[in-house]
Amino acid sequence: MNDMNDVLKRKNRKYNFGFIDENSKREIRRKILKAVAIPGYQVPFGSRELPIARGWGTGGLQITLSLIGPDDILKVIDQGCDFSVNAVNLKRFIQKTTGVEITEDTLKATIIQTRHRIPEEKMGENQILVFQVPYPEVLRTVEPSEAVTREMHAEMNYSKLWVYLYEEIVKWGEITIGARYPVKVNGRYIMDPSPIPRWDVPKLHMAETLYLFGAGREKRIYAIPPYTRVEPLEFDDFKFNVESFDGKACSLCGSTDTFLDEIFNSETGQKTYICSDTSYCSKVSARKKVSHE
Amino acid sequence: MGYVAVKGGLEAIENSEKLLDFFRLKGGSSPVQVRQIQEQFRLAVDKVVGEGSLYAPYHAALALKQSEGDTIEASFILRAFSSTISRTHYSLPVKTTQMRIIRRISAAFKDIPGGQYLGPSRDYTQRLLNFELDSENKSHIKRFLHESELEYKKLSNEDIGMFPKVVDLLRKEGLVIDSKKQEFEEPFDITREAVAYPLARSGRLQAMARGETGGMLMIAYTSMRGYGDIHPTLGELRVGYVPVYINKNGEEIYAGEVLVTEAEVIARFISKDKTDKPRFTIGYGFCFGHNELKAISMAILDRTMQAEKPKVPAEDQEFVLSHIDGIESSGFCAHWKLPHYITFQSDLDRIRATRKKRGGDE
Repeated sequence: MNDMNDVLKRKNRKYNFGFIDENSKREIRRKILKAVAIPGYQVPFGSRELPIARGWGTGGLQITLSLIGPDDILKVIDQGCDFSVNAVNLKRFIQKTTGVEITEDTLKATIIQTRHRIPEEKMGENQILVFQVPYPEVLRTVEPSEAVTREMHAEMNYSKLWVYLYEEIVKWGEITIGARYPVKVNGRYIMDPSPIPRWDVPKLHMAETLYLFGAGREKRIYAIPPYTRVEPLEFDDFKFNVESFDGKACSLCGSTDTFLDEIFNSETGQKTYICSDTSYCSKVSARKKVSHE
Repeated sequence: MGYVAVKGGLEAIENSEKLLDFFRLKGGSSPVQVRQIQEQFRLAVDKVVGEGSLYAPYHAALALKQSEGDTIEASFILRAFSSTISRTHYSLPVKTTQMRIIRRISAAFKDIPGGQYLGPSRDYTQRLLNFELDSENKSHIKRFLHESELEYKKLSNEDIGMFPKVVDLLRKEGLVIDSKKQEFEEPFDITREAVAYPLARSGRLQAMARGETGGMLMIAYTSMRGYGDIHPTLGELRVGYVPVYINKNGEEIYAGEVLVTEAEVIARFISKDKTDKPRFTIGYGFCFGHNELKAISMAILDRTMQAEKPKVPAEDQEFVLSHIDGIESSGFCAHWKLPHYITFQSDLDRIRATRKKRGGDE
């Protein structure tokens, strides 16, 4: 049995850079290239088993691990926050297997892996944003079968989705989709932008940054290359709109132009708001402090 | 207090890990030896090697210790471990007629060539809580083993030999429709290739061999109970050790043996047209370890998924195969524990907007 433990210990030390073996990384990179070549198209890939649970960011993680090099600077956020438990856990894992530099600064990172948000600060051409995707199939709401939805995409048959949106308006007077708002990419594929709020959807349009989307459990990779048209679905007489934070401001930094989290103060029972992008929030706070001094 | 809005996620995770050990050990009993789990929690280990898709009973037992007996968690640990091991070979097809059986039964025929062996089975035990186990000690075990070994020696002295397969008897009579004969080629590997439906049979069988027992049982039960009954008869169920060979430069090399469970169900007969003579259809189940419910469920699902026009859930390949993997389903189910503040904030925005449209307060 001691022998066995020795074997296990040796194994622990011998993990490849970025955990995944080089052949698998290459395969994932090829699938990424295909995804970049066909914006918004979901490329199937042989999703690998990771020591992180399925549904916890394994798709994004495989993209990050297959792209990352020793000189990269990594930022991981969950709900916009660098310190959220899952972000911390993914960072621990990536750092353990790569040793790369970690940052909280959006502008300093070369790769940012994210769940549910796009950072408030505008990212540039030399950066990549990797999204964790639970449901890659935008049509799943209207059609449960994967075999059928692939056909619908091939034929650009999106009528069911349009009817769904129309019926929402008839029934509720509003489109009730909160996050995961469907977008049309490069005039061709309709795509699930991952569960980002509608607030972040306009940031997908003609961006300077490469956006990569990974769904580990569902085994799909897709992409929005830089400078690609990305339009949320809307009707001529019923336009897309983002979340409203009218008259509200971040209670920490005072920003009125960011996506805000609603916080219930357990002592006063009052509702306050703070920026969901914690790194941006502390930057603004620090700037204000300096200008006050 | 909240663990996201405030900094300190890392500390919370580290403390949480410590607490796991604390809760495992705080009772103060002597540590469970991995060997004890491997030997005495035999069926839990077998479930984990199957669902973890790695035949490594020692590692499975260790994973069970680490996961405090949670088989899905242990299977997950084993899967993650296996992805760090390079895949050097595919084995040659295993011949289950060469199985060194510990159990073999047929529900189709009373008398089968080679005979029926009940083997280790709880089927005919009464489910009375056995309080004597509470005072089991080493001398009991020693005496019990001494007596049983005398008995067992008599049995193993008989040459049990190799068993013909029950289904082959029907095959010889032309009563069985075989799925298309395939020359052996590299099987479809769902861990390397992206699955698309319809999926090759080798891929279907692989997905089920790795499937989660409870999930497969549940879907198979829908068919057994009424949603598309295939009228199965258990032709044969065998449990035992089969030799595994690999092909190295054209040479067959013995790699060891694995404990497996194999089930074949004979199901509803069909004919191609009105003149064609009807023949039985067959469903096949095979998994690592001693796991009879899984092998039987798999055999039933293998048969239900042969339906040309699926009418019920158990006949729909995509429905069955996309939902039976325990690592995927448990991972996704657990992910609902992750913060969803942003998406929920979006939902709040939508419900308020919709309420406003209906007049009055948000």
